[in-house]
Amino acid sequence: MTRRGRLALFAVAGPGLLAVLVVGLHGLPSFGDFHGVYGLLVDRIEPGQRHATDIVTALNFDLRAFDTLGEEFILFASVTGVALLLRHLRHAEGDLERSRSVADHRFAGASDALRVMSLVLIPLLVALGVYLALHGALTPGGGFQAGIVLAAGPLAILLAGRYLALKRVAPQWALEALDAVGATAYAAIGLGGLIFASAYLENFLPLGTPGELLSAGMMPLNSIAVGLEVTGAFLLTWTEFLDQDVIVGRDEL
Amino acid sequence: MSALQAVALLVVVAGGTAVALTPDPLRQTLLLSIYGLALAILFFVFQAPDVALSEIVVSGVGLPVIVLAALRKLAQDRARRDSEEESSS
Repeated sequence: MTRRGRLALFAVAGPGLLAVLVVGLHGLPSFGDFHGVYGLLVDRIEPGQRHATDIVTALNFDLRAFDTLGEEFILFASVTGVALLLRHLRHAEGDLERSRSVADHRFAGASDALRVMSLVLIPLLVALGVYLALHGALTPGGGFQAGIVLAAGPLAILLAGRYLALKRVAPQWALEALDAVGATAYAAIGLGGLIFASAYLENFLPLGTPGELLSAGMMPLNSIAVGLEVTGAFLLTWTEFLDQDVIVGRDEL
Repeated sequence: MSALQAVALLVVVAGGTAVALTPDPLRQTLLLSIYGLALAILFFVFQAPDVALSEIVVSGVGLPVIVLAALRKLAQDRARRDSEEESSS
C-alpha cells in the first residue's frame, strides 16, 4: 500500500476510532469516585475475612485465584513456545562453527562505571524482589512484581558485559526448573484448598494478624510460587533471546 | 485530577507519540523503555503502585532486551546473507 493510500485509510479510521472512544469513555465516573458494589464488597471481604491489606494481591490470590492459575499457565505456555522456537532456530543454523571463544563474550562497551553500577544493582534488585514476594499481601507488590524484579537482578550481570557469568549464575536447567516448579506449586497450593477446605484454591491456612508477615492465609505462599515461576520465565526468555546473539556451544559453558 | 496526574498524562501522550513516530527501530526501542518509565509514573500517580512496579521492569528492561536481541539477530542474518551472495556471485 502506498503512503498516500495509508494516509487516506487513516483519515477515515482515525476519526472513527476517536469518535468511538469519546462515546465509550463518556460518562465514566471521575477518578477516585467509584461506587460500584464490587469494589465495596472487595474492600469489606479481603481485609475483614482474609486479613490481607493489599487488595490487589488479595484479588489475584484469593477472589480471583482461579484466574491467576490460568494466567500462570499462559505465561508458562508462551515461554515454552519461545524456548522451543528459538532452540529450533539455533540448531537449524549449525551455529557451532560460528560460536566464538569464551573470552569474546564480553562486550567491549562495558565500562568500569557500568560494571560498578551492575554490582550495586544486583543486591538491591534481589533484596527488593524478595521483599515484594514476602510482603505481597501487605503492601503493593506480590508474586508477579517480585518475579520480574528478581529476574532483573541476574540480568544486571549482562550490564557488566559478563553474559557467561549470567549463564553460570542462572543456567538453563535451573531456569526451566524454577518456571515449572513455580507453576506446579501454585496449582498444588490450590489442591490444598480442595483437601483441607471446601473448594479448589480456597484458603486453608490460619489467617494471622492483619499487617503481620505471616498473615492472609495462603497468599504469601501463592505469592512465592508465582514469584518463582515469573523469575524463571523471564530469565529463560531473556537468555533464550540473548543466546541467539551470543551463541555459545553447550560444552563451552 | 491533580496537576501531577495531568502532567503525567501529557508526558505519556508525548512519549507514546514519539515512540510511534520514530522510524529507526533501535532508537524506538530506547524511547520505548523511557516511555515505559513514564507509564509507570502515570500508574503510580493514579494510585496503582502494583501495576507501576511491574511496568517498570517489563517495559523498562524486559521488552527492550528482547527487542534489542532480535534486532541484533536480524542484523547478523542480513550481514551473513550479504556475504554469502558476494561469495556466490
